[in-house]
Amino acid sequence: MKTFTFEKATTPAEAAGAAARKPGAKFIAGGTNLLDLMKLQIETPSHLIDVTGLGLDQIESTPEGGLRIGALVRNTELAADERIRRDYGVLSRAIVAGASGQLRNMATTAGNLLQRTRCPYFYDTDQACNKREPGSGCPAIEGYSRPLGIIGVSDACIATYPGDMAVAMRVLDAEIETIKSDGSTRVIPIADFHRLPGDSPHVENALEAGEFITAVTLPKPVGGKHYYHKVRDRASYAFALVSVAAIIQPDGSGRLAVGGIAPKPWRIDEADAELPNGAAAVAAKLLAGSNPTPGNAFKETLVKRTIAAVISKAKQDN
Amino acid sequence: MTTPPPDHQPGGSFDDPGFNRRKFLVTSSATVAGGMLPSFAMGQSPASPKVDPGSTAGPLETSKVAFEVNGTTRSLEVDNRTTLLDALREHLKLTGSKKGCDHGQCGACTVLVDGKRINSCLALAVMHEGSKITTIEGLGTPDDMHPMQKSFVKCDGYQCGYCTSGQICSAVATLDEVKAGIPSHVTSDLTASPELTPEEIKERMSGNICRCGAYSNIVDAITEVAKS
Repeated sequence: MKTFTFEKATTPAEAAGAAARKPGAKFIAGGTNLLDLMKLQIETPSHLIDVTGLGLDQIESTPEGGLRIGALVRNTELAADERIRRDYGVLSRAIVAGASGQLRNMATTAGNLLQRTRCPYFYDTDQACNKREPGSGCPAIEGYSRPLGIIGVSDACIATYPGDMAVAMRVLDAEIETIKSDGSTRVIPIADFHRLPGDSPHVENALEAGEFITAVTLPKPVGGKHYYHKVRDRASYAFALVSVAAIIQPDGSGRLAVGGIAPKPWRIDEADAELPNGAAAVAAKLLAGSNPTPGNAFKETLVKRTIAAVISKAKQDN
Repeated sequence: MTTPPPDHQPGGSFDDPGFNRRKFLVTSSATVAGGMLPSFAMGQSPASPKVDPGSTAGPLETSKVAFEVNGTTRSLEVDNRTTLLDALREHLKLTGSKKGCDHGQCGACTVLVDGKRINSCLALAVMHEGSKITTIEGLGTPDDMHPMQKSFVKCDGYQCGYCTSGQICSAVATLDEVKAGIPSHVTSDLTASPELTPEEIKERMSGNICRCGAYSNIVDAITEVAKS
């Protein structure tokens, strides 16, 4: 690990200002992904800003009937919150499907949104990787691509966004509140938060330098039955090959987002509209324009079958 | 490096009709050089831990921090890079907490911080000012064991013992998490109180790896404490 200077921020504005003033600075909260990457020298911040003392650890009701989740609410607290379990079950299910009990006690809401890919080439510093070293190439495309993306990918990068929580937040139409170093604030819909790699896969989200996430808001509950169906190589404590977050209404209509297949949680309005027509129709819209490798083309079938499993379960439950 | 038997080589078995000379050259060079395929493709988990190459440049940056360990306040001045695990083991000589993978994958470093289990290898010591930390040494002693320690001994919930302190800290916290109503991936009804079935214990303990495979006895040990 490279050496770094360290400070504790006391307000969100101060944190954003400190990050903008010091090139090479990073925020740290849970640290579960950042410290892992720092040990491998994939992340080499020269300055760490500890944001765990900022408060931002409450889940509050909004005037619109939704919830405002502080950026520093830990995964365990979020998944266990009574209102989340009752009204946003898909979010609770997605969180407990990820990581381990220890990691969920550490990981924060904002940090989880920002977790980086688990592409094996990104993690292996002996390999080229356009995300880690822009311009160095992407050996994954012709290499070991089984866990990697099939849609939204580019010639420069086929890495996936690895998380579970954000897939559920995508299906819930969450919004991300931030503060910039000049003190201004903005709201970013989760659909626009993670970006596709194009020719700059090292730029992974819409945040500007120093911009700090303060909260994630959920709109008022939409009812329906909530599902998070995760398919992975182990029964627990593994990243998704394919995951489906879905909310299905009694009439068979609904919405869904898919994880494990793209650089961001993957949701297509036209696919939502096909839900009453069955998994094949949904998958056709969802995966239009997909570009898998021979090593991960199986995910197209897996997406369809996982959606079929969710629809089948919803029919039993509704 | 030992060459794995042919049927373990990436690219398939020698008996595989699709196995040709070109594939053989590629796979054997990958096997020997170990650098042609990412570690994931070599049958390891993603983010397979490597030895931290350390830093050769930059001034040493240190900070002061004070936290409570097993009921005693400890003040330290540490390199900012020091993990909580290293602070406990190397500075405070509390070597019960173990370093397995050092990347949050194995759970051997599990300790309780303010009553909650965490991977101490993925925590910076300087971020724990004022924390109340309990390690295996604080749960019990050989003469006065914690019920979970007693149960692991009784049920033979270990073999080599390296993961055991992490398993026991994790198990103690698991029972508290169930009491607090925190759901797990296998909890069928999110709005009901979770029950402590073997299925729940296995899921909740999945962040603690035991390479000896003492899992069934570990589940027995935890079940016994939960019932008492």
